[in-house]
Amino acid sequence: MKLHAIAHARAGDKGDISDVSVIAYADADYEFIRTHVTADRVKEHFADIHCGDVQRYEVPGMAALKFVLHDALQGGVTRSLNLDIHGKSLSSSLLELELPERRTGPEDSERQRDRPGFSSESRLVGVSNLASSTRPTPQRADSASTLGLDGVTEDR
Amino acid sequence: MNDVVKIGSGAGFAADRILPAKDLAERGDIDYLVFECLAERTIALAHLERMADPAGGYNEWLEDRLDAALPSCAARNIKIITNMGAANPEAAGRKTAEIAARLGLKDLKIAVVTGDDVVDALRSHDYALRERDTPVSAISATFISANAYIGCEPIVEALQAGADIVITGRTADPSLYIAPLIYEFDWAVDDWELLGKGTLVGHLLECAAQVTGGYFIDPGLKDVPDPAHLGFPIAEVEADGTFVVTKIPGSGGRVSIQTCREQALYEVHDPARYYTPDCVADFSQVRFEEIAPDRIRVTGATGYPKTDTLKVSVGYRDGYIGEGQISYCGPNAVARGRLALDMVEQRIKDAGIETVETRFELIGVDALLRGAREARAAEPAEVRIRVAARTRSLRDAKRVGHEVEALWLNGPAGGGGATKTANEVDAIASVLIPRSIVTPTVSYLEV
Repeated sequence: MKLHAIAHARAGDKGDISDVSVIAYADADYEFIRTHVTADRVKEHFADIHCGDVQRYEVPGMAALKFVLHDALQGGVTRSLNLDIHGKSLSSSLLELELPERRTGPEDSERQRDRPGFSSESRLVGVSNLASSTRPTPQRADSASTLGLDGVTEDR
Repeated sequence: MNDVVKIGSGAGFAADRILPAKDLAERGDIDYLVFECLAERTIALAHLERMADPAGGYNEWLEDRLDAALPSCAARNIKIITNMGAANPEAAGRKTAEIAARLGLKDLKIAVVTGDDVVDALRSHDYALRERDTPVSAISATFISANAYIGCEPIVEALQAGADIVITGRTADPSLYIAPLIYEFDWAVDDWELLGKGTLVGHLLECAAQVTGGYFIDPGLKDVPDPAHLGFPIAEVEADGTFVVTKIPGSGGRVSIQTCREQALYEVHDPARYYTPDCVADFSQVRFEEIAPDRIRVTGATGYPKTDTLKVSVGYRDGYIGEGQISYCGPNAVARGRLALDMVEQRIKDAGIETVETRFELIGVDALLRGAREARAAEPAEVRIRVAARTRSLRDAKRVGHEVEALWLNGPAGGGGATKTANEVDAIASVLIPRSIVTPTVSYLEV
């Protein structure tokens, strides 16, 4: 199951920092995304952009998580060579994150079935190694400083 | 004192749509119409315009917006607050007076706020650049501009002096909205809880349609009615800082708990510590309640004392970027696109084009997408290659585009729709300076 099935997202930017909000459609799904969408997972997902420190803020009252990705925009909106200079599309990309199947209540299941593009078949596509290899990650709100992806130094 | 102050959002960025603002001016139940028109780089670009034309440097859509909204605002006693002054608030004020006279409007008081330009302060002290290891002097050779994000006080002063239209430069976005609340409700400028609530009013409205269904729709999951006619938002604020976000009945879009959550969290970093010139706002305990369709009641924001510093956007020239694109479709399109990228990369080297940084990517495959690439679907029906390079000279930037354009005659089969650009880069860095050295002033024009 993709994060897209249970959450929506919006990204913004300030300088070279990308700021991505992930919000559960149903308040009941907040704990699920809080458990699975960790700062480590997000940093791993965005390994290609070699961003620095990833901070996560929890906003239970809005069923939301907020990710602040430092050094994520290759210079920021005013000088980046990126096609998407603002990094706005990082929001949509993050919604591709693979999660374990979520057994939601009948109302939620019905809501999801009714959505175009969310047939049971398409929802199963890609539930593969990524999902089963999802490891428990420490619930830190600070950083993903231990991954060391691509030799990037994360500590700031 | 009014029980409820109603503020409409007439723009969320420099080039925002004008018809929704006209609609608000003509039939919105509002007391104020706020046009927020400055993003990080906008003011540096405006300074470049002012260098080319001393009477320019304000928002290029000022006249269109005022033509659309000012007659109704004047007739209905709606006050206008805007940062469309950009790099030249005085010229924007004079232009506004000229427009008002042309429209046959009378008895309008126009306030112009200046003092956000802090070039002199940056020349006299070498402040550290944020997010970088270097000070301002590292970019001083190509320096364009420096503008501090100033707070609400000068706008409050202008409203107290009876201004009907307030024009500023780099006033912080939410400050445009807090000012009328302080003025109307006589809020203390150190009542941090109320200022935190006022900051949320501004934050939810400052991007206009982003809270009424704009930048929100995901067909089948997050739909809104009549998206082509998205209305701009209205906040109905009570004296205790409680407010309702809504929009004009009959306009397109939707104000929902979801749209409000997305916008409340937009670009704030730590939701419990959102730094503005007026306070440090805390949105972490905010609650949204749908009290009727398209009416969301907002409670729970608070705030803490403002800091002793102000953020400054420093504009500077930062080399050049050259770019070229061309498209391929049909069978084997991705392979032809990849080959074209490889050929251009080699030719840039062979031609001795000096680049500082480059991108070779396929739009439709890997230009935007970051992450989860392994799960991609079958080959797309068409792709577009994109080659972009940072260079030290305009000539080298142009030569990058030339190599892509030359794929017409020298590339893989079937390339079409080649385009190229080469531009000087006007970049932004930011610094924090002591609040005490910034002294905004207000001047007035009468029509």
